[in-house]
Order: sequence, then C-alpha cells, then structure tokens
Amino acid sequence: MSTPILEARDISIRFGGVEALRRVSLHVMPGEVLALAGDNGAGKSTLIKIISGVYHADAGQLLFNGTPMQLRDPQDARAQGIETIYQDLALADNLDVGSNIFLGREPVRRQFGIQVIDRERMAQVAREVLERLDIVIPARKLRGPVKMLSGGQRQAIAIGRAIYWNAHVLIMDEPTAALGVPEQRKVMELIAALKAQGVAVILISHNLHDIFAIADRIVVLRRGEVAGERLVAGTNGDEIVRLMVGDTYADARGPAH
Amino acid sequence: MDNSRLDRLALISKIWPWLFLCALLVFFEVWARISDHRSFIFNAYNLQSIGLAASAPLLLAIGQTFVIITAGIDLSVGFVMGLAAVCIAQFTIPGGNAPWVVLLSIPATIVVCLVPGFVNGVLIARLGVPAFIGTLGMYGVARGVGFLAAGSGMTVAVNNAGLAWLGHGWTPVVLTLILLLVMHFILSKTRFGQYTYAIGGNPQSAVRAGINVRRHLVVIYLIAAAFAAVGGIVYTSRFAAGAANAGEPMLLDSIAAVVIGGASLFGGTGNVIGTLIGALIIAVIEFGLVFIDVNAFWQFIVVGIVIIMSVLIDQYKERLGGAQ
Ligand SMILES: Nc1ncnc2c1ncn2[C@@H]1O[C@H](COP(=O)(O)OP(=O)(O)OP(=O)(O)O)[C@@H](O)[C@H]1O
Ligand SMILES: [Mg+2]
Repeated sequence: MSTPILEARDISIRFGGVEALRRVSLHVMPGEVLALAGDNGAGKSTLIKIISGVYHADAGQLLFNGTPMQLRDPQDARAQGIETIYQDLALADNLDVGSNIFLGREPVRRQFGIQVIDRERMAQVAREVLERLDIVIPARKLRGPVKMLSGGQRQAIAIGRAIYWNAHVLIMDEPTAALGVPEQRKVMELIAALKAQGVAVILISHNLHDIFAIADRIVVLRRGEVAGERLVAGTNGDEIVRLMVGDTYADARGPAH
Repeated sequence: MDNSRLDRLALISKIWPWLFLCALLVFFEVWARISDHRSFIFNAYNLQSIGLAASAPLLLAIGQTFVIITAGIDLSVGFVMGLAAVCIAQFTIPGGNAPWVVLLSIPATIVVCLVPGFVNGVLIARLGVPAFIGTLGMYGVARGVGFLAAGSGMTVAVNNAGLAWLGHGWTPVVLTLILLLVMHFILSKTRFGQYTYAIGGNPQSAVRAGINVRRHLVVIYLIAAAFAAVGGIVYTSRFAAGAANAGEPMLLDSIAAVVIGGASLFGGTGNVIGTLIGALIIAVIEFGLVFIDVNAFWQFIVVGIVIIMSVLIDQYKERLGGAQ
C-alpha cells in the first residue's frame, strides 16, 4: 500500500505526574476515515493536540507523507494541510463568521501604505463557504459575532474553515457532541464528502453508531495506550466497548500488566 | 421578541453613549441659557477646557482600551504617567530653555516608562500572573520610583520653550486626537487589532489559530505604558512642572471612559471611538457641574452612577446576545 499521509510513532507525553500518552502509534491514509475511540480521559484529545502542533510530545515522531516533521506550533501543522476542529469549539465568539474562517490568516490590502484587513473579501468567502456546506445563516447575522449562532452553525463554521484551507488531513474532536440530530447528520454527510475528495479524516467520537456508519478503521485508546486497532468491517460494537473499558478477563490473563 | 425589536434594542445599546453625551450637552446648554443667559457649547474657552480635561484621561484610556479588549486591566498607568511627568521634567532641565532638548527628553521618558509596561506584559503573558495583581504591583513600584525621582519636593518645575509649545492652547488636544485616530486605525483595520479582539474573545482559539498570544500581550502592555508616558509628558508641558502623583486621579477615569465607551471588562469588545465618547462624557460632566456651580464633589457621584449604568447596559447586551 502507499504511504500514510500522516503517521504518529511511539508518542509519549506527561502532564506533571499524569502520563497522558505512552508510546502511542497510529496512521491514516488519504481518503480514509480513522476513528479514535476511548473512554473519558483516555488521551484522545491530547493525541490530536500533538498531531496539530498544540502540544509537543516528550518522545516519539510525527511523519507527514513518510517524512518526519517538526511542529513548533499550530501554524506549522496548518501549513502542512493538517486542520483541526477541537472538542471545545475553537471559535472566537466575539468575531464574525469571516473573521473566524480567516483567524490568523487574514487577507490584506494596502491603505496609506499599511496592510489592512480585507473585510469585504472575508465576508465574501464566508458566504461562499457556508453556501458550499449548504448552511443557511441570515445575512444580518453573518456580520455579527458568532456567539449569536446555534451550535450546529458554529460547528459548520469550524468545518468550513478547515475545508476552505484545503485540508489534507482533517482532525475532528467530537464534532457532533453538542449538536441536534439533523445537524449531526449534516456533519456526517460532510465527512463522507471530504473522504470522497481524498481527505484523510481522524474522527474522535463517543458515538459508536457514528463510528460504524462512517469510519474505515478504529483505534482504541485506553489510559494513554493503544488498546487495539480494528477494521470496521471486521469488528462490532461489543468488541470496541471491551477494548475501551478494558476486558478484565484479558487483563488478568495477560502477561505484563 | 421579534427580530426588528431586538435589532432596535441592540442598536440603542450600541449608540447610547452618543445619545447620552448629546443629552448632557443639551442639558448644560439649556441650563446656562436660562440661568446665566450665556452659551455652554458655543464658547471657545469652555470647549478648550473640556478638551484639555478630557485629553489626559483619554491618553491613558486609549492604551487601556487595548488592554481591556484582551480581557486585561492596567492599574499601573496612573503612576506610570506620574513617573513620566517627573522624568520629562528631570530630563529636560539640564538642557535649559533650548527647545530641541525635548527631542531627547521625550524619547528618553518614553523608554523609561516602557520598562514597567514590559514587566507588566511579561508578568501577565509569560508568568501567568493575573493582570489585576501584576499591574497593582507595578502601580506601587512606579509610584515609589516616581516620588524618588522627584527628589525632596513633590513636584519638579521645568521651564523649556519646547515643552511650553507642546502644552500650549489646543496642542495637547490635537496631539491626543491624532494619536487617537492612529490607534483607532490600528485597532479596527489591521491584523494587530483583529488579534487583540481574538485574544479577548477566546485566547485558546487565538493560540490555535497561530497567533503569538504572549508576544501580543506584551506589546499591548507596552502600548498602555507608552500612552501613560505621553499623558505624563503632556501634563508637565501644560503645567511647567512634573508631579509624581499627576496621574493618580486619571486611572479610574481612564477605566471608566473605556467601560462607558462600550468595552466589556470580560474582554473581546470595545473600540477607541467609544472610549473617546466615554472620556468626553466624563469631562463634560466634570466641567459642566462646575460651570453651573454645583459642588464639585457631585461630579464623583454622577460619574459613578454613569459607570454603573454602563456596566448594567453591557450586561443587558450580553443577555440580548445569549437570548438569540
Ligand atoms: N493540559 C493538561 N494538563 C494536565 N493534564 C492534562 C492536560 N490535558 C490532558 N490532561 C490529562 O491527560 C489525560 C487525557 O486527557 P484527554 O483530554 O486527552 O482525554 P480524552 O480522551 O480526550 O477524554 P474525553 O473523552 O473526556 O474528551 C487526562 O487524565 C487529563 O486529565
Ligand atoms: Mg477529549
């Protein structure tokens, strides 16, 4: 098979006394949806924060298209086409839709020889992105702070931001957790569309139904370690749950625990 | 509530400082006409007095606006202004009356005042000290250094043609307005301004968007200190003397101006033009009450009520936002 678009090898990180991740490895292929499952506190968010340059691993390596990469900050990751949608929505609530899509990468034009933000263009792109996602937001709210919008609309903006910047790898940390049912379905449709375009998606979800509906492969984390990896086609919900919570029978029987 | 009514309420809560300022001017105008048969507004002396009274707190408030938008506060600006007032006097005195001396003493004063600003920034952005505490510490330090630098007396007299020009007539007002427009441009049009709002709205999202939040915050506190320095320089220019406590009464006025102007102390909102209106409201109240012969202490009460009112309106705005 070809090389993974993104690979993490033996990633470890500690927060003070907590060993949040211990020698965790995973990879994802272009056009593949990889689900990351695990109980609360298993280390899922921590792992994707390392992949997206927010945290720095104490040990281990990240490879992009087979070549090792150093991520100094989230900007580095995004320059590679790794876009992340965080569990705690990473929108600036006080800014409008366009400002959020462009945050940190604002288009500029010159005025008095000084670079000023091109707000017209940001508003224009905001409209286009929302149109592409089939999201309807009244024009008068488009220019207001995004805190005026619903959870689903805000999630759509976060996804729209990632898509607009041509993500090769899209990481989503519980993208549907705060959404109503129709909005959840919309996000699932978006993921399927991205997959069809060859985008690699890493999806964190507590919802096994979603995982089995959309993912190709599942990596299960438990207490900071990889508890198992399964193809969706060859497993079932019971097995994944057992991996997540830890099969006590297997633990007792296992050699070194 | 239907949308049009919400829109109208949102609009009113946005423009009420303007309306309030107009109402104040009309009130004092009518009062002056009825009781003294003279004009309040159409009087160059009154306008200049209000402009001058507004300019010192306004200079502090411009820097404070940036700080408050990032959800911070700078309590040290008052005494940094006093430090600047003493420094500009001490630095100018050796040059005698030669006007060019200010070309050296002004930059030197600003550089000295950037030190407390830098320390504030590092304490808050790098060491995670709450802004309220860090700048309160600097409030004490700047105060002590200011009095020490003033020597035995509280004030340092200075006679210099350059400073005299700077402090003469409308010059401080014009200088303040120019700086205000520049900072308005930066805040509303540039990436720097955009990031200031983004940090105040959600510092985490700003970090994840690749904004260098720490460096940005340090620059913000440097700006606050630089404006405090300009405030001190203008003070000494106007009164031909620097005093270490020159800015003491200005601190609260500067914060009040920002809050009345529509900024939330929780960060993320506010703008320089609003702050200008806030500073004018305070100056008009203070000068107007004196003008109509009301006991000067009333001004504290009235300004206090206006501050409370603006905070209530701000909270009401939040609720409007949350309701949708
Ligand atoms: N910044 C941090 N400082 C200290 N400890 C942290 C930090 N971030 C995460 N941890 C710890 O690391 C462990 C893994 O947390 P993480 O957020 O990655 O879990 P998760 O799998 O995403 O859980 P959830 O499903 O609840 O989102 C937890 O024990 C958590 O307390
Ligand atoms: Mg998590």
